[in-house]
Amino acid sequence: MPEDALAEIKRDYVLSKLRDGERIDGRKLDEFRNIEIYPNIITKAEGSALVKLGNTQVVVGIKMQPGEPYPDAPNKGVIITNAELVPLASPTFEPGPPDENSVELARVVDRGIRESEAIDLEKLCIEEGKNVWIIFVDIHAIDDDGNLLDASSIAAISALLNTKVPASRFGLGEDYPLPVRDIPVSVTSLIAGSKYLVDPNKDEMSIGDYTLTISTNQKDYIVAIQKSGGYLLSEELFDELLEVSIRNARKIREIVANKS
Amino acid sequence: MPESRPEKLIIDGKRLDGRKFDELRPIKIEVDVLKRADGSCYLEMGKNKVVAAVYGPREVHPRHLQDPSKAIIRYRYNMAPFSVEERKRPGPDRRSIEISKVSKEAFEAVIMKELFPRSAIDIFVEVLQADAGSRTACINAASVALVDAGVPMKGILTSVAVAKVDGQLVLDPMKEEDNYGEADMPFAFLIRNSKIESIALIQMDGQMTKEEIKMALELAKKGAMEIYKLQREAIMKRYVTEEGIEVEEVNTDA
Repeated sequence: MPEDALAEIKRDYVLSKLRDGERIDGRKLDEFRNIEIYPNIITKAEGSALVKLGNTQVVVGIKMQPGEPYPDAPNKGVIITNAELVPLASPTFEPGPPDENSVELARVVDRGIRESEAIDLEKLCIEEGKNVWIIFVDIHAIDDDGNLLDASSIAAISALLNTKVPASRFGLGEDYPLPVRDIPVSVTSLIAGSKYLVDPNKDEMSIGDYTLTISTNQKDYIVAIQKSGGYLLSEELFDELLEVSIRNARKIREIVANKS
Repeated sequence: MPESRPEKLIIDGKRLDGRKFDELRPIKIEVDVLKRADGSCYLEMGKNKVVAAVYGPREVHPRHLQDPSKAIIRYRYNMAPFSVEERKRPGPDRRSIEISKVSKEAFEAVIMKELFPRSAIDIFVEVLQADAGSRTACINAASVALVDAGVPMKGILTSVAVAKVDGQLVLDPMKEEDNYGEADMPFAFLIRNSKIESIALIQMDGQMTKEEIKMALELAKKGAMEIYKLQREAIMKRYVTEEGIEVEEVNTDA
Protein backbone atom coordinates (compact mmCIF):
# COMPACT_ATOMS: atom_id res chain seq x y z
CA MET A 1 0.00 0.00 0.00
CA PRO A 2 1.65 3.23 -1.17
CA GLU A 3 -0.02 5.39 1.52
CA ASP A 4 1.46 3.22 4.25
CA ALA A 5 4.89 3.29 2.68
CA LEU A 6 4.74 7.06 2.44
CA ALA A 7 3.65 7.37 6.05
CA GLU A 8 6.58 5.22 7.08
CA ILE A 9 9.05 7.37 5.17
CA LYS A 10 7.62 10.50 6.78
CA ARG A 11 7.83 8.85 10.18
CA ASP A 12 11.47 7.94 9.74
CA TYR A 13 12.24 11.45 8.54
CA VAL A 14 10.48 13.08 11.52
CA LEU A 15 12.25 10.75 13.94
CA SER A 16 15.70 11.18 12.40
CA LYS A 17 15.36 14.96 12.58
CA LEU A 18 14.12 14.67 16.14
CA ARG A 19 17.23 12.73 17.15
CA ASP A 20 19.17 15.91 16.37
CA GLY A 21 16.60 17.95 18.28
CA GLU A 22 15.15 19.39 15.06
CA ARG A 23 11.77 19.50 13.38
CA ILE A 24 10.98 18.94 9.70
CA ASP A 25 9.69 22.48 9.23
CA GLY A 26 12.57 24.08 11.12
CA ARG A 27 10.56 25.02 14.22
CA LYS A 28 11.88 24.69 17.75
CA LEU A 29 10.42 21.78 19.75
CA ASP A 30 8.26 24.14 21.80
CA GLU A 31 7.28 26.48 18.98
CA PHE A 32 3.77 26.97 17.59
CA ARG A 33 3.07 27.52 13.92
CA ASN A 34 1.92 30.95 12.79
CA ILE A 35 -1.55 31.86 14.08
CA GLU A 36 -4.01 33.93 12.05
CA ILE A 37 -7.42 34.88 13.43
CA TYR A 38 -10.25 36.28 11.30
CA PRO A 39 -13.10 37.26 13.61
CA ASN A 40 -16.73 37.81 12.62
CA ILE A 41 -16.61 36.15 9.22
CA ILE A 42 -20.11 34.65 9.43
CA THR A 43 -22.60 37.49 9.83
CA LYS A 44 -25.55 35.08 10.21
CA ALA A 45 -23.99 33.71 13.37
CA GLU A 46 -24.01 35.49 16.76
CA GLY A 47 -20.23 35.22 16.77
CA SER A 48 -17.60 33.51 14.63
CA ALA A 49 -13.94 33.15 13.76
CA LEU A 50 -11.76 31.48 11.20
CA VAL A 51 -8.44 30.39 12.60
CA LYS A 52 -5.40 29.31 10.63
CA LEU A 53 -2.75 27.47 12.57
CA GLY A 54 -0.11 26.93 9.94
CA ASN A 55 -2.12 25.16 7.25
CA THR A 56 -4.75 23.88 9.65
CA GLN A 57 -8.03 25.77 9.30
CA VAL A 58 -11.05 25.76 11.56
CA VAL A 59 -14.23 27.83 11.55
CA VAL A 60 -16.24 28.20 14.75
CA GLY A 61 -19.71 29.71 14.71
CA ILE A 62 -21.75 30.63 17.78
CA LYS A 63 -25.52 30.46 17.76
CA MET A 64 -27.68 31.35 20.76
CA GLN A 65 -31.30 30.79 21.70
CA PRO A 66 -33.37 30.77 24.88
CA GLY A 67 -34.07 27.38 26.40
CA GLU A 68 -34.38 25.40 29.62
CA PRO A 69 -31.53 25.41 32.16
CA TYR A 70 -30.07 22.26 33.70
CA PRO A 71 -31.97 21.35 36.88
CA ASP A 72 -28.77 21.54 38.97
CA ALA A 73 -27.93 25.05 37.67
CA PRO A 74 -31.30 26.81 37.34
CA ASN A 75 -29.80 30.31 37.12
CA LYS A 76 -27.05 29.62 34.59
CA GLY A 77 -26.82 29.69 30.84
CA VAL A 78 -25.87 26.50 29.02
CA ILE A 79 -22.89 25.82 26.72
CA ILE A 80 -23.16 23.06 24.13
CA THR A 81 -20.04 22.32 22.10
CA ASN A 82 -20.07 20.19 19.01
CA ALA A 83 -17.40 19.33 16.44
CA GLU A 84 -17.81 18.15 12.90
CA LEU A 85 -14.83 16.61 11.18
CA VAL A 86 -16.23 16.98 7.68
CA PRO A 87 -14.76 14.88 4.84
CA LEU A 88 -13.67 18.06 3.07
CA ALA A 89 -10.98 18.56 5.70
CA SER A 90 -9.03 15.34 5.34
CA PRO A 91 -8.89 12.18 3.20
CA THR A 92 -9.38 10.15 6.37
CA PHE A 93 -12.57 11.90 7.57
CA GLU A 94 -15.82 10.21 6.69
CA PRO A 95 -19.35 11.58 6.68
CA GLY A 96 -21.73 10.34 9.33
CA PRO A 97 -22.37 10.76 13.04
CA PRO A 98 -19.48 12.06 15.18
CA ASP A 99 -16.87 9.41 15.94
CA GLU A 100 -14.77 9.17 19.11
CA ASN A 101 -12.23 11.68 17.77
CA SER A 102 -14.73 14.45 17.12
CA VAL A 103 -16.48 13.73 20.43
CA GLU A 104 -13.15 14.01 22.27
CA LEU A 105 -12.20 17.18 20.37
CA ALA A 106 -15.48 18.89 21.24
CA ARG A 107 -15.35 17.79 24.87
CA VAL A 108 -11.77 18.98 25.44
CA VAL A 109 -12.48 22.38 23.85
CA ASP A 110 -15.66 22.59 25.94
CA ARG A 111 -13.75 21.79 29.12
CA GLY A 112 -11.34 24.67 28.54
CA ILE A 113 -14.19 27.17 28.18
CA ARG A 114 -16.28 25.71 30.99
CA GLU A 115 -13.62 25.11 33.62
CA SER A 116 -11.90 28.47 33.11
CA GLU A 117 -15.36 29.98 33.70
CA ALA A 118 -14.64 32.14 30.67
CA ILE A 119 -18.30 32.93 30.22
CA ASP A 120 -20.26 34.45 33.07
CA LEU A 121 -23.17 32.02 32.78
CA GLU A 122 -25.13 33.66 35.60
CA LYS A 123 -25.55 36.73 33.41
CA LEU A 124 -27.30 34.53 30.84
CA CYS A 125 -30.29 33.74 33.04
CA ILE A 126 -33.57 35.06 31.66
CA GLU A 127 -36.00 33.56 34.18
CA GLU A 128 -34.58 31.35 36.94
CA GLY A 129 -35.36 27.68 36.50
CA LYS A 130 -37.31 28.30 33.30
CA ASN A 131 -35.48 30.23 30.66
CA VAL A 132 -31.76 30.82 30.08
CA TRP A 133 -29.54 31.48 27.06
CA ILE A 134 -28.14 28.39 25.37
CA ILE A 135 -24.82 28.91 23.62
CA PHE A 136 -24.06 26.53 20.78
CA VAL A 137 -20.35 26.40 19.97
CA ASP A 138 -20.06 24.62 16.64
CA ILE A 139 -16.58 23.64 15.50
CA HIS A 140 -16.21 23.10 11.78
CA ALA A 141 -12.87 21.72 10.65
CA ILE A 142 -11.94 22.91 7.15
CA ASP A 143 -8.39 21.65 6.67
CA ASP A 144 -6.64 19.22 9.00
CA ASP A 145 -2.90 19.71 8.81
CA GLY A 146 -2.48 18.58 12.41
CA ASN A 147 -3.53 19.85 15.84
CA LEU A 148 -7.17 20.62 15.10
CA LEU A 149 -7.68 20.74 18.85
CA ASP A 150 -5.65 23.88 19.54
CA ALA A 151 -6.90 25.56 16.36
CA SER A 152 -10.46 24.81 17.51
CA SER A 153 -9.84 26.13 21.02
CA ILE A 154 -8.44 29.38 19.63
CA ALA A 155 -11.33 29.68 17.17
CA ALA A 156 -13.92 28.94 19.85
CA ILE A 157 -12.75 31.61 22.31
CA SER A 158 -12.15 34.11 19.47
CA ALA A 159 -15.71 33.56 18.27
CA LEU A 160 -17.12 33.88 21.79
CA LEU A 161 -15.24 37.15 22.24
CA ASN A 162 -17.14 38.71 19.34
CA THR A 163 -20.52 37.13 20.13
CA LYS A 164 -23.59 39.35 20.59
CA VAL A 165 -26.49 37.93 22.59
CA PRO A 166 -29.41 38.16 20.10
CA ALA A 167 -31.93 39.42 22.67
CA SER A 168 -33.92 41.61 20.27
CA ARG A 169 -34.65 38.70 17.94
CA PHE A 170 -36.44 36.94 20.78
CA GLY A 171 -38.19 40.03 22.15
CA LEU A 172 -35.91 40.13 25.21
CA GLY A 173 -34.63 43.69 24.98
CA GLU A 174 -31.54 44.98 23.26
CA ASP A 175 -28.65 42.87 22.02
CA TYR A 176 -25.59 42.91 24.24
CA PRO A 177 -22.06 41.48 24.08
CA LEU A 178 -21.59 38.01 25.57
CA PRO A 179 -19.97 38.39 29.02
CA VAL A 180 -16.54 36.80 28.46
CA ARG A 181 -14.06 37.15 31.34
CA ASP A 182 -11.21 34.76 30.57
CA ILE A 183 -9.27 33.41 27.60
CA PRO A 184 -8.61 29.69 28.03
CA VAL A 185 -5.83 28.36 25.80
CA SER A 186 -5.05 24.73 25.06
CA VAL A 187 -1.55 23.58 24.17
CA THR A 188 -1.17 20.19 22.54
CA SER A 189 2.13 18.34 22.24
CA LEU A 190 3.01 15.22 20.33
CA ILE A 191 4.87 12.72 22.50
CA ALA A 192 7.70 10.79 20.85
CA GLY A 193 9.30 8.63 23.53
CA SER A 194 11.12 10.98 25.89
CA LYS A 195 10.76 13.96 23.53
CA TYR A 196 7.86 16.25 22.68
CA LEU A 197 6.82 18.45 19.77
CA VAL A 198 4.44 21.31 20.53
CA ASP A 199 1.65 21.97 17.99
CA PRO A 200 2.44 18.99 15.73
CA ASN A 201 1.60 19.24 12.04
CA LYS A 202 0.09 16.34 10.10
CA ASP A 203 3.43 14.95 8.88
CA GLU A 204 4.76 14.94 12.42
CA MET A 205 1.63 13.09 13.54
CA SER A 206 2.78 10.18 11.36
CA ILE A 207 4.78 9.13 14.46
CA GLY A 208 1.41 8.22 16.04
CA ASP A 209 -1.62 9.86 17.62
CA TYR A 210 0.20 10.35 20.89
CA THR A 211 -0.71 13.71 22.36
CA LEU A 212 -1.02 15.54 25.65
CA THR A 213 -3.20 18.63 25.87
CA ILE A 214 -2.91 21.09 28.74
CA SER A 215 -5.32 24.03 28.91
CA THR A 216 -4.76 27.05 31.13
CA ASN A 217 -6.59 30.24 32.05
CA GLN A 218 -5.21 33.78 32.33
CA LYS A 219 -4.01 33.17 35.90
CA ASP A 220 -1.86 30.27 34.60
CA TYR A 221 -4.12 27.80 36.41
CA ILE A 222 -4.49 24.49 34.67
CA VAL A 223 -8.14 24.00 33.74
CA ALA A 224 -8.04 20.85 31.62
CA ILE A 225 -5.66 18.01 30.79
CA GLN A 226 -6.18 15.21 28.31
CA LYS A 227 -3.78 12.44 27.44
CA SER A 228 -4.83 11.01 24.10
CA GLY A 229 -3.39 7.97 22.36
CA GLY A 230 -2.02 4.57 23.33
CA TYR A 231 1.35 5.52 24.79
CA LEU A 232 3.03 5.73 28.17
CA LEU A 233 3.94 9.11 29.60
CA SER A 234 6.81 9.63 32.00
CA GLU A 235 6.44 11.89 35.01
CA GLU A 236 9.46 13.96 33.97
CA LEU A 237 7.96 14.74 30.58
CA PHE A 238 4.60 15.54 32.15
CA ASP A 239 6.25 18.02 34.54
CA GLU A 240 8.15 19.63 31.69
CA LEU A 241 5.05 19.94 29.53
CA LEU A 242 3.18 21.72 32.33
CA GLU A 243 5.79 24.49 32.12
CA VAL A 244 5.98 24.47 28.33
CA SER A 245 2.20 24.67 27.99
CA ILE A 246 1.80 27.54 30.44
CA ARG A 247 4.52 29.48 28.63
CA ASN A 248 3.04 28.95 25.17
CA ALA A 249 -0.50 29.67 26.35
CA ARG A 250 0.56 33.13 27.56
CA LYS A 251 1.78 34.06 24.08
CA ILE A 252 -1.31 32.70 22.35
CA ARG A 253 -3.62 34.42 24.83
CA GLU A 254 -2.04 37.74 23.86
CA ILE A 255 -2.59 37.05 20.16
CA VAL A 256 -6.24 36.14 20.78
CA ALA A 257 -6.82 39.22 22.94
CA ASN A 258 -5.28 41.54 20.33
CA LYS A 259 -7.27 40.10 17.44
CA SER A 260 -10.71 40.47 18.99
CA MET B 1 -34.95 17.08 42.74
CA PRO B 2 -31.23 17.78 42.60
CA GLU B 3 -29.58 17.79 45.99
CA SER B 4 -27.96 21.04 47.01
CA ARG B 5 -24.31 21.49 47.79
CA PRO B 6 -23.33 20.69 51.37
CA GLU B 7 -22.07 23.84 53.04
CA LYS B 8 -18.69 22.28 53.69
CA LEU B 9 -17.08 19.25 52.11
CA ILE B 10 -14.41 19.04 54.77
CA ILE B 11 -15.30 19.32 58.45
CA ASP B 12 -12.63 19.26 61.18
CA GLY B 13 -10.03 17.82 58.83
CA LYS B 14 -12.30 14.93 57.83
CA ARG B 15 -14.26 14.25 54.69
CA LEU B 16 -18.06 13.84 54.62
CA ASP B 17 -17.75 10.06 54.80
CA GLY B 18 -15.21 10.26 57.61
CA ARG B 19 -12.18 9.47 55.47
CA LYS B 20 -8.78 11.10 55.77
CA PHE B 21 -7.56 13.13 52.77
CA ASP B 22 -5.32 10.32 51.53
CA GLU B 23 -7.69 7.46 52.28
CA LEU B 24 -9.32 5.26 49.64
CA ARG B 25 -12.89 4.02 49.82
CA PRO B 26 -13.28 0.33 50.71
CA ILE B 27 -12.42 -1.89 47.75
CA LYS B 28 -13.62 -5.41 47.01
CA ILE B 29 -12.29 -7.44 44.09
CA GLU B 30 -13.45 -10.83 42.85
CA VAL B 31 -11.77 -12.61 39.95
CA ASP B 32 -13.37 -14.95 37.40
CA VAL B 33 -17.00 -14.18 38.11
CA LEU B 34 -18.38 -14.80 34.61
CA LYS B 35 -18.58 -18.20 32.95
CA ARG B 36 -18.66 -17.20 29.27
CA ALA B 37 -15.92 -14.57 29.22
CA ASP B 38 -12.23 -15.48 28.85
CA GLY B 39 -11.46 -13.33 31.83
CA SER B 40 -13.63 -11.38 34.24
CA CYS B 41 -13.67 -9.36 37.42
CA TYR B 42 -16.23 -7.84 39.76
CA LEU B 43 -15.07 -4.78 41.63
CA GLU B 44 -16.49 -2.42 44.23
CA MET B 45 -14.89 0.90 45.03
CA GLY B 46 -17.03 2.65 47.61
CA LYS B 47 -20.54 2.62 46.17
CA ASN B 48 -19.27 1.88 42.66
CA LYS B 49 -20.11 -1.61 41.50
CA VAL B 50 -18.66 -2.67 38.16
CA VAL B 51 -18.13 -5.88 36.17
CA ALA B 52 -15.41 -6.31 33.56
CA ALA B 53 -15.16 -9.03 30.93
CA VAL B 54 -12.40 -9.81 28.46
CA TYR B 55 -12.96 -11.73 25.25
CA GLY B 56 -10.01 -12.68 23.13
CA PRO B 57 -7.60 -12.66 21.53
CA ARG B 58 -10.21 -13.62 18.96
CA GLU B 59 -11.12 -13.10 15.32
CA VAL B 60 -11.88 -9.53 14.31
CA HIS B 61 -15.34 -8.62 13.05
CA PRO B 62 -15.81 -6.65 10.87
CA ARG B 63 -12.72 -7.95 9.14
CA HIS B 64 -11.51 -4.68 7.65
CA LEU B 65 -10.58 -3.62 11.19
CA GLN B 66 -7.87 -6.29 11.31
CA ASP B 67 -4.29 -5.14 11.76
CA PRO B 68 -1.73 -7.50 10.20
CA SER B 69 0.96 -6.43 12.67
CA LYS B 70 -0.91 -6.51 16.00
CA ALA B 71 -4.11 -7.14 17.89
CA ILE B 72 -6.67 -4.35 18.02
CA ILE B 73 -7.93 -3.41 21.46
CA ARG B 74 -11.56 -2.45 21.94
CA TYR B 75 -12.95 -1.08 25.18
CA ARG B 76 -16.57 -0.38 25.92
CA TYR B 77 -17.53 1.51 29.05
CA ASN B 78 -21.27 1.28 29.57
CA MET B 79 -23.52 2.49 32.35
CA ALA B 80 -26.65 0.60 33.29
CA PRO B 81 -29.76 2.81 33.14
CA PHE B 82 -30.35 2.23 36.87
CA SER B 83 -26.76 2.97 37.93
CA VAL B 84 -27.37 6.64 38.70
CA GLU B 85 -30.00 8.71 40.53
CA GLU B 86 -31.79 9.89 37.41
CA ARG B 87 -32.25 7.06 34.89
CA LYS B 88 -29.56 7.12 32.24
CA ARG B 89 -30.73 6.58 28.71
CA PRO B 90 -29.32 3.25 27.51
CA GLY B 91 -26.50 3.24 25.00
CA PRO B 92 -23.36 5.29 24.54
CA ASP B 93 -23.53 9.04 25.22
CA ARG B 94 -20.69 11.45 24.52
CA ARG B 95 -19.22 11.00 27.98
CA SER B 96 -19.10 7.19 27.65
CA ILE B 97 -17.55 7.49 24.19
CA GLU B 98 -14.74 9.65 25.56
CA ILE B 99 -14.15 7.43 28.60
CA SER B 100 -14.05 4.35 26.37
CA LYS B 101 -11.52 6.04 24.09
CA VAL B 102 -9.04 7.13 26.75
CA SER B 103 -9.38 3.85 28.67
CA LYS B 104 -8.79 1.84 25.50
CA GLU B 105 -5.68 3.88 24.80
CA ALA B 106 -4.37 3.26 28.31
CA PHE B 107 -4.64 -0.50 27.74
CA GLU B 108 -3.20 -0.25 24.22
CA ALA B 109 -0.02 1.03 25.81
CA VAL B 110 0.39 -1.96 28.14
CA ILE B 111 -1.03 -5.00 26.32
CA MET B 112 1.59 -6.83 24.25
CA LYS B 113 -0.58 -6.64 21.17
CA GLU B 114 2.20 -7.49 18.70
CA LEU B 115 1.91 -11.09 19.91
CA PHE B 116 -1.56 -11.46 18.38
CA PRO B 117 -1.62 -10.05 14.84
CA ARG B 118 -4.99 -9.93 13.05
CA SER B 119 -6.93 -10.51 16.25
CA ALA B 120 -9.05 -8.49 18.64
CA ILE B 121 -9.00 -8.20 22.40
CA ASP B 122 -12.36 -6.92 23.59
CA ILE B 123 -12.76 -5.39 27.01
CA PHE B 124 -16.30 -4.72 28.19
CA VAL B 125 -17.06 -2.95 31.43
CA GLU B 126 -20.53 -2.48 32.82
CA VAL B 127 -21.22 0.04 35.54
CA LEU B 128 -24.02 -1.40 37.68
CA GLN B 129 -23.87 1.40 40.21
CA ALA B 130 -21.93 4.63 39.88
CA ASP B 131 -20.73 6.99 42.59
CA ALA B 132 -17.87 9.10 41.16
CA GLY B 133 -14.71 7.46 39.91
CA SER B 134 -16.51 4.81 37.88
CA ARG B 135 -13.96 5.08 35.08
CA THR B 136 -11.15 4.35 37.54
CA ALA B 137 -13.06 1.41 39.06
CA CYS B 138 -13.63 0.04 35.55
CA ILE B 139 -9.96 0.25 34.61
CA ASN B 140 -8.98 -1.53 37.83
CA ALA B 141 -11.50 -4.27 37.11
CA ALA B 142 -10.55 -4.56 33.43
CA SER B 143 -6.90 -4.86 34.39
CA VAL B 144 -7.63 -7.85 36.65
CA ALA B 145 -9.93 -9.40 34.02
CA LEU B 146 -7.10 -9.18 31.47
CA VAL B 147 -4.80 -11.06 33.84
CA ASP B 148 -7.56 -13.61 34.38
CA ALA B 149 -7.86 -14.02 30.60
CA GLY B 150 -4.12 -14.61 30.37
CA VAL B 151 -3.48 -11.64 28.12
CA PRO B 152 0.24 -10.74 28.24
CA MET B 153 0.89 -7.22 29.53
CA LYS B 154 3.91 -5.11 30.41
CA GLY B 155 2.47 -4.84 33.91
CA ILE B 156 -0.80 -4.00 35.60
CA LEU B 157 -2.86 -0.87 35.14
CA THR B 158 -4.11 0.73 38.31
CA SER B 159 -6.35 3.74 38.31
CA VAL B 160 -7.44 6.32 40.87
CA ALA B 161 -8.60 9.93 40.89
CA VAL B 162 -7.66 12.93 42.99
CA ALA B 163 -10.02 15.85 43.54
CA LYS B 164 -9.67 19.33 44.98
CA VAL B 165 -12.42 20.14 47.44
CA ASP B 166 -12.58 23.26 49.61
CA GLY B 167 -9.00 23.92 48.48
CA GLN B 168 -7.78 20.53 49.75
CA LEU B 169 -6.52 17.65 47.60
CA VAL B 170 -8.31 14.40 48.38
CA LEU B 171 -7.78 10.85 47.14
CA ASP B 172 -10.51 8.84 45.43
CA PRO B 173 -13.38 11.38 45.57
CA MET B 174 -16.95 10.20 46.13
CA LYS B 175 -20.07 11.71 44.60
CA GLU B 176 -20.37 14.93 46.62
CA GLU B 177 -16.67 15.73 46.26
CA ASP B 178 -16.81 15.12 42.52
CA ASN B 179 -19.98 17.19 42.00
CA TYR B 180 -19.10 20.15 44.17
CA GLY B 181 -15.32 20.09 44.20
CA GLU B 182 -13.07 22.54 42.33
CA ALA B 183 -11.24 19.95 40.24
CA ASP B 184 -11.15 16.27 39.37
CA MET B 185 -8.14 14.42 38.03
CA PRO B 186 -8.23 10.72 37.12
CA PHE B 187 -4.99 8.79 36.57
CA ALA B 188 -3.97 5.31 35.51
CA PHE B 189 -0.47 4.01 36.08
CA LEU B 190 1.51 1.12 34.67
CA ILE B 191 2.84 -0.82 37.65
CA ARG B 192 5.49 -3.46 37.13
CA ASN B 193 7.29 -5.41 39.86
CA SER B 194 5.49 -3.36 42.51
CA LYS B 195 6.82 -0.13 41.04
CA ILE B 196 5.03 2.69 39.25
CA GLU B 197 6.66 2.97 35.82
CA SER B 198 4.63 5.53 33.90
CA ILE B 199 1.32 7.25 33.31
CA ALA B 200 -1.14 5.47 31.01
CA LEU B 201 -4.11 7.76 31.53
CA ILE B 202 -4.39 11.32 32.70
CA GLN B 203 -7.32 13.71 32.49
CA MET B 204 -8.28 16.74 34.47
CA ASP B 205 -10.99 19.35 34.68
CA GLY B 206 -11.42 22.18 37.12
CA GLN B 207 -8.85 24.65 38.35
CA MET B 208 -5.50 23.73 39.84
CA THR B 209 -2.12 25.36 40.01
CA LYS B 210 0.92 23.62 38.55
CA GLU B 211 2.10 22.82 42.08
CA GLU B 212 -1.26 21.29 43.00
CA ILE B 213 -1.12 19.11 39.90
CA LYS B 214 2.24 17.76 40.99
CA MET B 215 0.93 17.10 44.51
CA ALA B 216 -2.14 15.39 43.03
CA LEU B 217 0.14 13.08 41.05
CA GLU B 218 2.00 12.08 44.22
CA LEU B 219 -1.25 11.46 46.09
CA ALA B 220 -2.60 9.37 43.21
CA LYS B 221 0.59 7.29 43.15
CA LYS B 222 0.19 6.50 46.82
CA GLY B 223 -3.43 5.43 46.28
CA ALA B 224 -2.54 3.41 43.20
CA MET B 225 0.03 1.36 45.12
CA GLU B 226 -2.62 0.40 47.68
CA ILE B 227 -5.08 -0.61 44.95
CA TYR B 228 -2.35 -2.55 43.17
CA LYS B 229 -1.81 -4.67 46.29
CA LEU B 230 -5.52 -5.51 46.39
CA GLN B 231 -5.54 -6.37 42.68
CA ARG B 232 -2.59 -8.70 43.22
CA GLU B 233 -4.15 -10.29 46.28
CA ALA B 234 -7.36 -11.00 44.37
CA ILE B 235 -5.46 -12.61 41.52
CA MET B 236 -3.26 -14.63 43.89
CA LYS B 237 -6.32 -15.80 45.81
CA ARG B 238 -7.88 -17.11 42.63
CA TYR B 239 -4.80 -18.83 41.23
CA VAL B 240 -1.94 -19.36 43.63
CA THR B 241 -3.88 -20.89 46.54
CA GLU B 242 -5.51 -23.49 44.27
CA GLU B 243 -2.07 -24.68 43.30
CA GLY B 244 -1.03 -24.62 46.94
CA ILE B 245 -3.89 -26.90 47.90
CA GLU B 246 -2.95 -29.26 45.11
CA VAL B 247 0.61 -29.46 46.35
CA GLU B 248 -0.62 -30.17 49.87
CA GLU B 249 -2.84 -32.98 48.64
CA VAL B 250 0.07 -34.56 46.83
CA ASN B 251 2.08 -34.38 50.04
CA THR B 252 -0.62 -36.12 52.11
CA ASP B 253 -0.83 -38.87 49.52
CA ALA B 254 2.86 -39.47 49.78
